[in-house]
Amino acid sequence: MRSGLFLMICLMVGAAIFGAALMLNNDYYFFAGYVVLQYVVLATAWNILGGYCGYVNFGSAAFFALGAYSTVALHKLYPLPVPLLVIVGGVISGIVGLGMGYLTLRLRGAFFAIATLALAVVLQTLIVNWDFVGGSRGAYIVRPEAIAPFGSYIKYLFLVMMLLAIGAINLARLIERSRLGYGFATIRDDELAAEASGVPTLRLKLIATTISGALMGMAGAPLPYYIGFLQPSSAFGLDYAVNAIAMPLIGGTTSWAGPLVGAVLLGSLQQLATVTISSAVNLLIVGLLLVGFVIIAPNGIIGLVQKYIRHRPVAQVGRRKIEADATGHVP
Amino acid sequence: MVFSFDLLINAVISGILIGAFYAAVTAGVSLSFGILDIVNIAHPAFIILGSYIAYMVNAGLGLDPILASILATPIFYLLGAGIYQIYYVSFEKRGQESLRGLAFFFGLLFITEVVLVLYFGVDYRYVEAPYIGPTWHFGFVDIPLRILVPSLVSLLLITALQLVLTRTFTGRAIMAVAQDQLALKLMAVDPIRIKRIAFGISIASASLAGAFLIVIQPVEPSVGREYIGRVFAICVLGGMGSLPGTVIAAMLVGTVESLTATFYGPSWAPAVSFGFLLLTLALRPAGLLGR
Repeated sequence: MRSGLFLMICLMVGAAIFGAALMLNNDYYFFAGYVVLQYVVLATAWNILGGYCGYVNFGSAAFFALGAYSTVALHKLYPLPVPLLVIVGGVISGIVGLGMGYLTLRLRGAFFAIATLALAVVLQTLIVNWDFVGGSRGAYIVRPEAIAPFGSYIKYLFLVMMLLAIGAINLARLIERSRLGYGFATIRDDELAAEASGVPTLRLKLIATTISGALMGMAGAPLPYYIGFLQPSSAFGLDYAVNAIAMPLIGGTTSWAGPLVGAVLLGSLQQLATVTISSAVNLLIVGLLLVGFVIIAPNGIIGLVQKYIRHRPVAQVGRRKIEADATGHVP
Repeated sequence: MVFSFDLLINAVISGILIGAFYAAVTAGVSLSFGILDIVNIAHPAFIILGSYIAYMVNAGLGLDPILASILATPIFYLLGAGIYQIYYVSFEKRGQESLRGLAFFFGLLFITEVVLVLYFGVDYRYVEAPYIGPTWHFGFVDIPLRILVPSLVSLLLITALQLVLTRTFTGRAIMAVAQDQLALKLMAVDPIRIKRIAFGISIASASLAGAFLIVIQPVEPSVGREYIGRVFAICVLGGMGSLPGTVIAAMLVGTVESLTATFYGPSWAPAVSFGFLLLTLALRPAGLLGR
């Protein structure tokens, strides 16, 4: 499918979802949908580095919070429109991602993972000590009641996040089918061999960390307007980090569809569980699903579906025919 | 702030004592990450689990927390051996340890924390023991016993581990597994069994480290997260798998953290270990006593 056509389809699906949410005429669906879409962006961003290159980022929450806090800081200076804030958040997180990668990516992958884990702690320390953005007390962001022509502000935020999610998915799909994506795949499969064949691995890895970090920052940028009150412990919450990893791994890491499927399923499940059971239990569910999936279904839901399609009797008949044709015998 | 000599000496001494405790916390990671190449980022979670077990035994039976943790080591050993078996079958054998193995341990970290939160809540828990409370005074130097006792036992633990690693056959086999698995097989030793034993020992040490932790400070389930950066910083700085290096690195990090906390405020201390980690990775990835 061509990229332009795919984008059109995405936009149409997005418009249909937005329309359906409008028809339901209940702002709760926008609030819940916003969180799911935010996870779509976060999971897709994680997958660009984690799924395509095979480098695990445990510090998703740090990049996400960086985007959110750049919004808080800018809001105090001069209130900008949300789309601009998204871009600023993306640029800042992207730069941090590049710096992190530059310091750690020349070593084995595990060091990068550990460094990202530590980055979250340190950035949180910095934010806690930075009084301008509220420090440990947190910061209030008064969001406008309404914005033309959307009516309530949450509809506007939902639309921004929807466009961001569509953008992220298209970007991931584009990368997957480009030279860049093939380069990433060589790093994931055998970095040494890739290096030996002349793939500029360090440069590719830095590109991946930058794109991935920037998208995470973009996902976080509208957050202060969404929740209205941001404090370090919520912005750096472990649930962002674990979801960003669990969603692609449960969905499947090799294609853009995996994080999307994982985020929509897990995100909706969590929204449901938060309302019906409790938020601590739903985090436990995510953790158990993550461990269960990496052990039992290493290729995620997408992998399971592909396996099922391949092993269907019809498909096997088809394959036998192809094999027969190739050898010239009739079964 | 006026520079104070008393403050400096006290900060350095408490840093070194805390450093000895950090060494016990890191010893397990030096074994698993440094020697076995298993990136067990869930290690701090097992330490917190150890803290809670010490707390339960202490609150329920009135037993000394450190003694309780020593009694709990066989359980932790079995837990570690079991986890290694799952890890080996699911990831190491299939060659998928880099991405999914990491996610597996991250999941374990997360599950342990959430289960502890669900069971105990997020209140701080503490233990009772005769050495918690009193402080020895030497002139202007204050040494709280609640830090001194865990530090001394930590050093004992490290010495014991080092003796096991260098003097016993199993210990030497553990060191060898990091270097050449094939050669080990030729010596009629099963590398998987050795790794299982080593990982079991690594998790068993978390039981003790957990008891030290809850003696030193009150514990709640998310405390473990602060230790992730610190533990790996010390492990890398110490030279990945060298126990003497781990002790030196731990005391260095402990001292610098203590100085930072004294002169800049405790809220800045967590940034220290990260700074150490990044500097080490950028300047000397082999660590202080690296091979």
